Amino acid sequence: MKIQLADNVFWVGVVDWNVKNFHGHTFTTGRGTTYNAYLIVDEKITLVDTVYGPFSGELIEKVREIIPPEKIDYIVANHVETDHSGAMPAIMKLCPKAKVFGTAKCKEGLYKHYYGDWDFQVIKTGDILKLGKRTLSFIEAPMLHWPDSMFTYVKEDQILLPNDAFGQHYATSFRFDDEVDQGVLMDEAAKYYANILWPFSALVVKKIEDVQKMGIPIKIIAPSHGIIWRKDPIKIVNAYSSWGKNETKKKIIIVYETMWGSTEKMARKIAEGITTAGVEFKFFDINSSDRTEIVKEMLGAKGFLVGSSTHDNDMLPNIAGFLEFLKGLKPKNRIAGVFGSFGWAGGAVKNIENDLKDVGVEIAQPSLDVQYVPSEGELKKCFEFGKTFADKMEV
Amino acid sequence: MEKYRCTVCGYIYDPQVGDVDRGIAAGTSFESLPADWVCPDCGVGKDMFEKA
Repeated sequence: MKIQLADNVFWVGVVDWNVKNFHGHTFTTGRGTTYNAYLIVDEKITLVDTVYGPFSGELIEKVREIIPPEKIDYIVANHVETDHSGAMPAIMKLCPKAKVFGTAKCKEGLYKHYYGDWDFQVIKTGDILKLGKRTLSFIEAPMLHWPDSMFTYVKEDQILLPNDAFGQHYATSFRFDDEVDQGVLMDEAAKYYANILWPFSALVVKKIEDVQKMGIPIKIIAPSHGIIWRKDPIKIVNAYSSWGKNETKKKIIIVYETMWGSTEKMARKIAEGITTAGVEFKFFDINSSDRTEIVKEMLGAKGFLVGSSTHDNDMLPNIAGFLEFLKGLKPKNRIAGVFGSFGWAGGAVKNIENDLKDVGVEIAQPSLDVQYVPSEGELKKCFEFGKTFADKMEV
Repeated sequence: MEKYRCTVCGYIYDPQVGDVDRGIAAGTSFESLPADWVCPDCGVGKDMFEKA
């Protein structure tokens, strides 16, 4: 079935239902994903982005339902990453004379992936490409989320093709926002933002302002993953604006790792204290939780509480890995608290404090460190620790 | 020694300040930053900087 965004603007992407881990193991994609490519049939037939390499054949067949793929004149590469450029070699084999358009960084990056001798035209923000009835213009978007990233805009149809921005890892039998559950859609959009774009939040806010200043009308936002925003594109722009400003609500994320259960006992008591204060929280044992999901929950949360038992004078290894990942996301405007247990000499609490400082969050209250198994009195302190922290949730 | 601006996020590298968090001492010129030094704010390489 041919899927059109507008007259002669086709979705020719691929739905990858089975992918459960993305980017190596940096992103769990429980709902799979899609690789969205778009075909514009005009005097110059133009393919905007491709798909992940293993799906090259499926992309080519989708194009063939519309036009013979050999007829493609132009290929716009908004982003070098292989989930979007992977089918380029196969496409270029079919239409070796096609001209490729992208940023200077895209040219370098594509060469360093595929080593092809392709006719490449470097474009910059404001450049215009006439296709016939339609006109494409381009907006460079470096570090949203790679140096080569770029948005393409179809003027006549008012369609923005921003590649990874505004995307979601969400495989469904539908292509458009008005066809799917809104809760799931926004949940996947938040997960994508938190795990991929969070570090670049200041750039997200600036780019949205830049595009708004350009005053280009946008009817459809068609990203390179997941659902296309045609009914309510401003919804995702507003969400990006809020996430980009690191806006939070009164919400606490408890994440911990435990060895023989003491740190977990502390975490539960802390949670009771938070409950008393009436503040929303989420509770994650790092070893039975999905990091991608925890990070998504952190995106809108003001407070982080991190705990670990001491092992070899340090925190346990999986919470350490988690904090290392969190450091890369550069969250802003958050507060944190630390708790843990130890046997004969501590280490976990102090090292978590140091890691959280590197993450860039403020430690809002003295940490709690308990020897061996928490006593009744110590559990009471845990309760108070949670309650005090919850009371600090002014946003 | 000249200051350099990140063309992506606007961060300014000031040689008089250096980048102490990443082990770059004050007084290090932009040219003598190691090749793998990246913008502390957005993570791009030295090639994305221009003279401020």
